[in-house]
Amino acid sequence: MTASKPISLKDEGLEQKKRSTPMGDALRQFRRNKMAVVAFFIITFFIFMAVTASLWSNISFLDAPKGFKARHTINPAGLDRVDPYAEPGHCARDGLDQGKAWCALLTEEQRARFPNSCRVEIPDPNQRQWCYILGSDGGGKDWMTQTVYGAQVSLAVAFVGSSVSLLLGLVYGMVSGFYGGRIDNVMMRFVDFLYGIPGLVIIIIMQVYFREISSKYEDSSGIVGFIVEINKDLGGLFFLFIALGLLSWIGTARLARGQVLSYREKEFVEAARAVGARDRRIIFVHLLPNIIGPLLVAETLAIPGYIFAEAFLSYIGLGVQPGTPSWGEMISRAGQEGGFYSNRHMIYVPSAALVMLTLAFNFFGDGLRDALDPRLRGR
Amino acid sequence: MTNVAKSEKVMTAPAKKKDYGDPIVSVRGLKKHFPIKSGLIFQRETAAVKAVDGLDFDIFRGETLGLVGESGCGKSTTGRTILQLHRATSGTVNFEGTELTTLKGNSLREMRRKMQIIFQDPYASLNPRMSISRIISEPLVVHGIGSERDRQKRVEELLERVGLNPFFANRYPHEFSGGQRQRIGVARALALEPSFIVCDEPISALDVSIQAQVVNLLQDLQRDMGLTYLFIAHDLSMVRHICDRVAVMYLGKIVEMAESEELYTNPLHPYTQALLSAVPVPDPDVEENRQRIILKGDLPSPANPPVGCNFNTRCPVAIDVCFDWDPELIEVLPGHWVACHRVT
Repeated sequence: MTASKPISLKDEGLEQKKRSTPMGDALRQFRRNKMAVVAFFIITFFIFMAVTASLWSNISFLDAPKGFKARHTINPAGLDRVDPYAEPGHCARDGLDQGKAWCALLTEEQRARFPNSCRVEIPDPNQRQWCYILGSDGGGKDWMTQTVYGAQVSLAVAFVGSSVSLLLGLVYGMVSGFYGGRIDNVMMRFVDFLYGIPGLVIIIIMQVYFREISSKYEDSSGIVGFIVEINKDLGGLFFLFIALGLLSWIGTARLARGQVLSYREKEFVEAARAVGARDRRIIFVHLLPNIIGPLLVAETLAIPGYIFAEAFLSYIGLGVQPGTPSWGEMISRAGQEGGFYSNRHMIYVPSAALVMLTLAFNFFGDGLRDALDPRLRGR
Repeated sequence: MTNVAKSEKVMTAPAKKKDYGDPIVSVRGLKKHFPIKSGLIFQRETAAVKAVDGLDFDIFRGETLGLVGESGCGKSTTGRTILQLHRATSGTVNFEGTELTTLKGNSLREMRRKMQIIFQDPYASLNPRMSISRIISEPLVVHGIGSERDRQKRVEELLERVGLNPFFANRYPHEFSGGQRQRIGVARALALEPSFIVCDEPISALDVSIQAQVVNLLQDLQRDMGLTYLFIAHDLSMVRHICDRVAVMYLGKIVEMAESEELYTNPLHPYTQALLSAVPVPDPDVEENRQRIILKGDLPSPANPPVGCNFNTRCPVAIDVCFDWDPELIEVLPGHWVACHRVT
């Protein structure tokens, strides 16, 4: 009786094998891809930079923008401290000594307005040096600080763009694929319609329209005024999210639908139906865990697109609001301020950051795909 | 309609050799047509694939009924329609006195505890993201049976029962071979202690050596638990070994049904004869002189079946009447049913 004799571990040769779960295997597979691991650390570094942006501004020359809003305060004391178009590595001698001298001319009340400049506890002014590590722009504002703040904008666009796209596309595509028939037909024809629209043109038109609204409802109360206020606080990112998110989900929806269609007919789904599982269980237990991998990969690989779209819009002046540093806007400013000829660092720094981050997301996405694709596993 | 009434009448006649009890499943006039739609948004039904086109048969408690036929003849659709995984277009399926085709929602879910299915492809039938213990306990979770610990115990019992080490419970499907996966599929089907199991070609995706193991397992389970099988297959020698009775399907209809020895020794329908003549014999002398009946042409499209007898396009002995009327399934010998004008 072959049937009732339990098969021993030795027979199967499984005893030495490591515990293997789908997630554990994926992680092991990912670690094998060196480029992806490097990319992961680059992305982590940029995230770290963006989160700690306000700390970075302290080690650079000027007061940095707070939040997404650019509030570059010109130090009243340091007109001579501000070096426009400083080369990377250019160091300025601390001007606080002069500041102190200048402070001495002020009344007590006036001095209170410039607490930073009128600090008196500087031990030895002559020894303090502050450096433009990555140079400065025409206004003498530190270029590294602005690049660090630009990472905030790019990463915010990357994560919000991909999250919105994943969420909308997943729900839309799964509903369409799972219920099928006429629902599927109507929903997918709508996606086809959206697919035919040139995305960038629509985004530009929407951004122009949002600009109009922003200026019109700037001080009004009510829901529109509230949204405009939020947008202003985010440096124009809120409307950018809407414009990017509105069309980005259609590719995800198609992918999700295709995945659902292929898994819906699998026998394990039929087995679940045969034991009486409800639709909700089939969707969340059987379909979602199986289809989420390719969707995550697709979204990761789409992130460079969002970053570039934001950079492009900011470059042509339709992205973030003026005063908010963003890599696209910085490159644009660099071009206008002679970055192509004399102040090369102004072009190089934000461009390098842009290229590094987008390439990192690409390699990370590739690694993710190899790790999550069961067809490649074990090879 | 006369067809249905008539077959119901004769169907209850006592069977020949074995003493069959009550039918556990009674299928009458079962049809499953898949609509073919056309149109961009407002789709109209332009035609239908008649996958199953009028079946009448009983499955008796404790027996194994084989269902054979070539690819695309509607074997699997029949099994799935009986289990209400496809809803029937018309006809009735009576399971232990309950009419299934009209059941919905919770009452149907309750009935699913008594009937289960084992699939052909052991790779597609287990969710790759679930551990074995989750796969096997899923039926229990769905029906809210037992506590978490009871279920775990039950999973271990079931794994033991199908010849796998309970130690494997926390592993994932990709760590198992085809035969082991098929055992896991059997364990899942057994979890709810069903009385009727549709085996949808459970061995055709396996190695020959593994096939025997799985077949033995199924037979042991049948003996110990009093299971009834509808065994869908295309391996005729395996069917002869396993099944008490065999039904031969062609293009959505049963053409011949008899006890398996009777069918294999005395096939009456020309299609059955052709099928059996294709079975290789493991004896070189016999094999050399074996007369094969080669059928002309291909299986006609089930969307557009021939007028008259389904088989008339390929039948070597067709006569005029075959092109006019569809023959009914008639009991020509005790327990031996044939649908052929040339036999009756």
